Amino acid sequence: MTTKRSASGKVVEFLIERAIFLAGILSIVFVVLIFVFLLKEGLALFYEYPLGRFLTDLRWYPISSPPHFGVVTLLMGSLAVTLGALVIAVPLGIGCAIFIAEVAPLWLRELLKTTVEFLAAIPSIVLGFIGLVTLVPLVKQIFHTPTGLTALSGSIMLAFMAMPTIVSMMDDALRAVPNAHRAGALALGATRWQMIWRVLVPAASSGMVAAVILGIGRVIGETMAVMMITGNAARIPTSLLQPVRTMTATIAAEMGEAVQGGDHYHALFAIGILLFIITFIINMTASFFIRRRG
Amino acid sequence: MRLKAKLTEKVAFLVLLLSTLVIVIPVVLITLLILKEGLPAMSWEFLSQKPRMGMRAGGIFPAIIGTLYLVGGTMCFALPVGILAAIYLSEYAKDNWLTRMIDVAIANLAGVPSVVYGLFGLGLFVNFLNFGASILSGALTLAIMSLPVIITASREALGTVPQNFREASLALGATRWQTIRKVVLPNALPGIMTGTILALSRAAGETAPILFTVAAFYLPKLPKSIMDQCMALPYHLYVISTQVTKIKPQVQYGTALVLIGMVFIMNFCAMIIRAHFRRKKQW
Repeated sequence: MTTKRSASGKVVEFLIERAIFLAGILSIVFVVLIFVFLLKEGLALFYEYPLGRFLTDLRWYPISSPPHFGVVTLLMGSLAVTLGALVIAVPLGIGCAIFIAEVAPLWLRELLKTTVEFLAAIPSIVLGFIGLVTLVPLVKQIFHTPTGLTALSGSIMLAFMAMPTIVSMMDDALRAVPNAHRAGALALGATRWQMIWRVLVPAASSGMVAAVILGIGRVIGETMAVMMITGNAARIPTSLLQPVRTMTATIAAEMGEAVQGGDHYHALFAIGILLFIITFIINMTASFFIRRRG
Repeated sequence: MRLKAKLTEKVAFLVLLLSTLVIVIPVVLITLLILKEGLPAMSWEFLSQKPRMGMRAGGIFPAIIGTLYLVGGTMCFALPVGILAAIYLSEYAKDNWLTRMIDVAIANLAGVPSVVYGLFGLGLFVNFLNFGASILSGALTLAIMSLPVIITASREALGTVPQNFREASLALGATRWQTIRKVVLPNALPGIMTGTILALSRAAGETAPILFTVAAFYLPKLPKSIMDQCMALPYHLYVISTQVTKIKPQVQYGTALVLIGMVFIMNFCAMIIRAHFRRKKQW
């Protein structure tokens, strides 16, 4: 009886450990599957529409005849809002992270961290809606643009949305600097600010760079809020006060109308391939900086 | 010299404080705005009725139910896989190339844009496996998106269980799996639950992954099976804030408030669990 049970127990244990191993490598399987399916649906475009034109054509007219699938316009749109967001988010993020990590008293620190975490929890569609009813009219009024749906509105919104990633990772990086660094600097007569700026920030720089890189990843991949407030005009922007159309917004806005298996459908997957490659590189770079810190 | 340094410090700290305020104040204002404009919309009718008059009146009941189904489905798929994967990484994996590959894969899954998950779900579940636009496709897509968060949190929770718990169990003759199931997992459960709830609250608010895999523009009847389409709160908010004209702002803010409320309640539960078990922890 006992031997029988332990024999079946062994089989069960063997099966479970197999399942555990399979689940363990499933993450790799999913990354590969995602890439394979993007390629499968995306590369089909290039039978009909050469890769060279996809990468050099400056027009994105998916439903004109003949259609133009020039991804550059959308890439420029994504880059414009991303750069705008970075210009706003990096200095503010550094300031906020330093304040939370080193300056704020303990009670305030917890409160501020909770607020930033709460911001991270707000769904992007809600922020997009709020941006649409508050930020967009404000931009329209201040800059006297026709609609307020501009790259600038998108940049401000994205900077705000990247803040939780940037602030909490920079906070971690600053906290990870050993206390001996702080004590040493202060003992040499540095003020707290001199200690922060000349000792802590350089020591935490790898982690802080990683924070910015992951923030970029967050910004480039953001979809709904961007689609709602950037105006979605598919042309290369010459100023931040023009409407732009990003890669993510194009996929989200046009997939509903694209015929499955048609050129347009394949072209949207081809944008997906590009996005996947860009975020892959971003994540690898961030991991590199995190490991260097580690 | 010292005086000047002190002055610089004052200015610098003021700038730091200001940049913090620039981030924190809008968060507070947004929350207050949604509460102020959304609370008047709250009524039993709003929560329990179907939308009427082209979604300009009535309630958001089908969208609430749809989101609950999606979150439930996501949990069914993501939780078991996520926990098993975390067990592998924490208890079985050696420090070799395969483990490093898995780490790379998890980091990348966490960074893939949500709209790309939507494309993937459309390509694999909706078209290739022929599940069509359905709760099944949507939940599977959201589950894969939630995996990295669940794996990372569970792995961390398993890692905090002291090594001598395992050694004591193994010394009593328990097998490795018995040790994991009876000793390691129960002690790591609060951390796993916290991470899972947070991942699910994120899934509840996502729009892009469900756009092409499940979300219905307007579907006043409730789904009957997992092969049906359904409405969902985030997509409903998108629709009524961009596609429907002449709608009362109250309905939009009300929908936003219900969505945020749902996410907030889940986050709050996660916080309570974390706090409760941290106090009870004996090591």
